Amino acid sequence: MSPLRSGQPRWQRHALVMLGGCLLLAAMMALSIGIGARSIAPGVALDAIVSFDPSINQHLLVRHLRIPRTLIAVLVGVSLGGAGVVMQALTRNPLADPGLLGVNAGAGLAIVTAIALWQVQSIGGQMASGLVGAGLAGAAVYLLGGVRQIANPVRLVLAGAALTFVLMALTQLIIINSDALVFDRFRHWAVGSLQGRGPELVVPFLVLAVLGLGMIVYLTRALDVLVLGRDLGRVLGVSSGTVWGLACVSVVLLSGAATAVAGPVSFVGLAAPHLARFVVGSGHRLLVPYTLLISALLVLAADMAGRLVIHPEEVAVGIMVALLGGPVFVALARRRRLVQL
Amino acid sequence: MRFLAGSRKTVWEGHGISVLVCPRSLAVTSLLLLLVVCLGAASLGVGAMGFGPDLLLELANQPPGSMVHRVFFDIRLPRTLTAILVGAALGASGLIFQSISRNALGSPDIIGFTTGAATGAIVQIVLFSPSALGVAVAAIVGGLVTALVVYGLSVRDGSVAGYRLILVGIGIGAILSAVNGLLLVKGDLDNAVVANLWLAGSLDARNWGHVIPVGLGCLVLMPVLVLLASRLQLMEMGDDTARQLGVRVEAVRLTMVLCAVALAGLATGAAGPVAFIALAAPQLVVRLLPSGRLPVIGAAAMGALLMVVTDLLSRLFPLEVMLPIGRMTGVIGGIYLIWLLGRVRGI
Repeated sequence: MSPLRSGQPRWQRHALVMLGGCLLLAAMMALSIGIGARSIAPGVALDAIVSFDPSINQHLLVRHLRIPRTLIAVLVGVSLGGAGVVMQALTRNPLADPGLLGVNAGAGLAIVTAIALWQVQSIGGQMASGLVGAGLAGAAVYLLGGVRQIANPVRLVLAGAALTFVLMALTQLIIINSDALVFDRFRHWAVGSLQGRGPELVVPFLVLAVLGLGMIVYLTRALDVLVLGRDLGRVLGVSSGTVWGLACVSVVLLSGAATAVAGPVSFVGLAAPHLARFVVGSGHRLLVPYTLLISALLVLAADMAGRLVIHPEEVAVGIMVALLGGPVFVALARRRRLVQL
Repeated sequence: MRFLAGSRKTVWEGHGISVLVCPRSLAVTSLLLLLVVCLGAASLGVGAMGFGPDLLLELANQPPGSMVHRVFFDIRLPRTLTAILVGAALGASGLIFQSISRNALGSPDIIGFTTGAATGAIVQIVLFSPSALGVAVAAIVGGLVTALVVYGLSVRDGSVAGYRLILVGIGIGAILSAVNGLLLVKGDLDNAVVANLWLAGSLDARNWGHVIPVGLGCLVLMPVLVLLASRLQLMEMGDDTARQLGVRVEAVRLTMVLCAVALAGLATGAAGPVAFIALAAPQLVVRLLPSGRLPVIGAAAMGALLMVVTDLLSRLFPLEVMLPIGRMTGVIGGIYLIWLLGRVRGI
């Protein structure tokens, strides 16, 4: 039998698993609309979508909070997962997460500065400053790491880590020297939360996420080559400068947008690619879709669990992600035959 | 004494022992140590009560128990010694972890140590009482327990693969930092502020009770690290290769991890969590030295130098702001590393 035909059933199996995963995701999204401080019956939720009546409180709740929040959870998941898988391929470092380009730290510093100096209170204002900070930090690491000329993973990792530390330390210096209220706001941002994220965020976030994910889909094959190293990549005809440039831009877009919207939910980008690697190995054509699916499921499940666990109060999604995903991650790292990067 | 062909290294032989000496690394290491001593001496004189170079004369003239004596022996000297010892402990510890994990991002944090220490301290502050001694002990216990749990979970078929150690460390670290976040968010704001201040690390109000434990630790553990460094370096080529060369891989790795964690623990107990030294000092020293052996002394000296310089700069800073040492090391060490990355092309 030719290798191609013997490979056929595996692809079918993967397609089936992906389909099942997407159905699971859809079911969870439907459930997520009903869960919260006030439970909403499935019939009422359906009415709110099909025949919207602004005079009914529950309809407003579904339209303006629950649906946007559910969509944003999924978008945060796929954005961070996608950024994480690219980051790990780029640096060939299992410790790399999307925050390594300084994006999270830049967003944090910008937000603390905005709160401390200009008394920015609204979530919208915080998000805008977060996006600016993330972009600036990403650009700085890109330049410092000499990405275009050198494309050296260790250099990128060190430049990113150094800048991240500087920015985080500056953030903390500002916090320590300002009012306790600044710290109060920051501690709630720093754990990552989806509480009160409204419908006006969905469209801009969607645009950024689609843009970034489009780049990743375009890069998928090149990522396999990138993992082999720069020299082999050149031999195989991949222009490392272009690939590195595009990859960095996609990471900044995806992780910057997600961080600005939800705060640093760092564990997803780090863990989802590893979790996917436990299942499908390290080929990126399977790794990328599985990572996206796993990260979306993880963030949505964490957000739902966070709304249920101390009902009617909430636990922030960033905390729940690590509490749910961490044990699974450790168990898999112990059990499975390890697939290294 | 003879020179090795084709290299600038020298072998000193005698009485059945031969030592490989590289003049350049010897020079760089001595220079670093010299800088530590000079800047440490300079930092003794800086503060609200300024001491000049005639300090020794003044000390000799004053009777013991006088103001000058008390300021010098009970405030300045402990502070400077704490800075030097904590920096040295963290630098050496980071070097060991980077070698074991074969990862430039390696530091005591990959085995969950730093996060665990923070968990211990935050639990103590938020749930019990924020007394200084209690917090330090809780931090050390938290860090050690976490490190043991991570190491224990990574053992499989009697061996710890470096890669599995990293992954388990990521998982446990993430869980603990979520717990930290939860305690900080749900805890009372006042306690959370105190905890955040502890997390920034500090060299203020150190006394001999801070200096002696970390000093003894360095004295006992550093020689072990120096002696075993060459074996650890063989293990960087892979466990199997090292085993064939006669290294008892698991025993060496366990010893080194224990020593490195103990050093990090003592440092954390003395000054709180100090960011970045463990990550930056080994990377900086490797870029200054010719490649060769694992520079344990060099990394320790670089760590001490970073700490002393940072402490000196933050005390000389003109504005009236709080600059905790743990955050300042992040700023200054980070900028230095970025500058070095920009200068050295061929890393």
